[in-house]
Amino acid sequence: MTLSKLPATGGGESDAVRLAGIRTGWRPQAALGLLDRPGVLGYVLMLPAAFIIFAFIAYPFAWGVWMSLTNKEIGMPWSRVSFVGLRNYVVLWTRDGVFWDTVWNSFVYTAIATAVKWVLGIWLAVLLNRVVRFKRLIRAAVLLPWIIPTVLSTIAFLWIFDPDFSVINWTLRQFYVWMGWGYVKGPLWLGDPFLALMSVTFVNIWRGTPFYAIAFLAGLQTISPELYEAAAIDGAGAWQRFRRVTLPGIKPIMVVVIVFSIVVTFSDFQIVYVLTRGGPANSTHLFATYAYQVAMVGTRLGLGAAISLFMFPVLALVIVFQLVYLRREER
Amino acid sequence: MRPQIGEGFGRRLLVYHLPLFFFIVFTLFPFYWMFVTSIKSTHETYNRSVNPFIPVACTTTIVEQVRTFHVNGPALMDDCLFHWRYLLRDTLFIRWLQNTLFIALVSTFISLFAGITSAYALARLKFRGADTFGVLIFVTYLVPPTLLFIPLSDVIGDLPLVHGNLLNTPWGLIVAYPTFLVPFCTWLLTGYFRTIPKELEEVAMIDGATRIQAMVRIILPVALPGVLSAGMFAFTLSANEFLYALVFIYDNANKTVPVGVVSELIKGDVFYWGELMSGALLGSIPVALIYSFFVEHYVAGITGSVKG
Repeated sequence: MTLSKLPATGGGESDAVRLAGIRTGWRPQAALGLLDRPGVLGYVLMLPAAFIIFAFIAYPFAWGVWMSLTNKEIGMPWSRVSFVGLRNYVVLWTRDGVFWDTVWNSFVYTAIATAVKWVLGIWLAVLLNRVVRFKRLIRAAVLLPWIIPTVLSTIAFLWIFDPDFSVINWTLRQFYVWMGWGYVKGPLWLGDPFLALMSVTFVNIWRGTPFYAIAFLAGLQTISPELYEAAAIDGAGAWQRFRRVTLPGIKPIMVVVIVFSIVVTFSDFQIVYVLTRGGPANSTHLFATYAYQVAMVGTRLGLGAAISLFMFPVLALVIVFQLVYLRREER
Repeated sequence: MRPQIGEGFGRRLLVYHLPLFFFIVFTLFPFYWMFVTSIKSTHETYNRSVNPFIPVACTTTIVEQVRTFHVNGPALMDDCLFHWRYLLRDTLFIRWLQNTLFIALVSTFISLFAGITSAYALARLKFRGADTFGVLIFVTYLVPPTLLFIPLSDVIGDLPLVHGNLLNTPWGLIVAYPTFLVPFCTWLLTGYFRTIPKELEEVAMIDGATRIQAMVRIILPVALPGVLSAGMFAFTLSANEFLYALVFIYDNANKTVPVGVVSELIKGDVFYWGELMSGALLGSIPVALIYSFFVEHYVAGITGSVKG
């Protein structure tokens, strides 16, 4: 215990070093001595991260809030930009037909994708935990969708969902012929509003499940095997062991993973941008793609900033939930 | 397989082998599909009467050449690697790949540096405001790139105080990527540093090392696995980033792989499917290679950060 108090009381250097520093009166060393105080060193070490957070997150965020209160457009000089108050928000809320579709899509997309990834992730983690042969290879293969750049793998899905040459529809057609049901064209995966939203969700699930699985696998490996043995001896079946040992064991990591996933899924951009660009007829927009559409394609930066800021309260709720949860667990 | 009491082969097949097999097919099929499409001729890609799962022309050529023991490079090039040749020779793909690697490496190093210092401070040093910093870093999740890109492009285009314009340069992205990498590295490394016993550096400091020396020479080497997995995560996240690269860069030669592939190989209604697929595969290789070497570290890194 005395050990851990040492650094707090006065630097870490030995008396000899400190004496030498005083005797020579060499200033850089005095400065280094100052750095040995946790109070000072702490701030110095926080500096790079704090600079990045303030200059490139906090400041742009405040700037974005300001922009959303103006009628700024691309190419419009700031001298001609005028303050419009909450008009952008009011316009979106009351008069923009696409906006409410976007809200609905974002919630449906996030809810379905998160729920399915959660279930599949636990299932896959339990399977992976049993793997002994080809362990590395199988883990690497399963992890692939998560590590490959999203846009690049989504291009494959763009071709898989192609209206004329979809491999799903080709297989469907062969199946129909084989069953003697005649010719079927197959659905337009990205051409129908509902199917397009489901296709986009599917790709998100495909991409996100490995992350859930690997994180849950890490959680599974922290559960002591003795717990399972004890449960088995007490007569617990496979399902009960899963309910009473596995799930509580991975609960802490489950909360972290799901919160992280909700934030990322809710603010997703890439999959929708590549697969549908928000179409058909603006029916699959998420907040991010709609903000991009309005701001970068439609040049209305102020309105676009307002759209993306609508994500903020939802994300804030999720984050507050996690903070409260973590605090409660720590106690 | 871990021995499970009273589990017959049939049951094992049903609850273990089959599901795992389907999961692997599910995860790998799109990559197979990319590969097959990348080695088909455009004519074959658009021919609905042949089986799309097998690249007929290419397979025929290879089988023919193997059967006759006669390697015919140009024929192979025309039947199998046509799109790959076009991608590498007639597009700026190599440039995009260089840009991506450069941007990802530099922003990863910046983020690791800032992440290591702040994580060490948060995990080890008691100073006023440490808790606030911790929460602040966590709360940056509230502002994902998709919420920030409109004002950030303004800021990058006219940096405060210095009035520099970094739009359309790699530096614009190198400045932007740490916004999501630093919080992430800090969070991961704080957990990792906390798992390292305090006594290690205390002993070093009793022996006369300063705290910084103890941190660099003693703690950092011990924390190397954590740093490595944070670096891998950061590299992947930067290679994966799309929105900032799409908004901040407009010259073809300055684009990154994801943006270049999507914007230059899809021209209006014309999709260069073969090139798209070969580009997607080739662009994935750097990340995939790193992971195939370090997949164990990856899992260990997550475990460490969860325990901490």
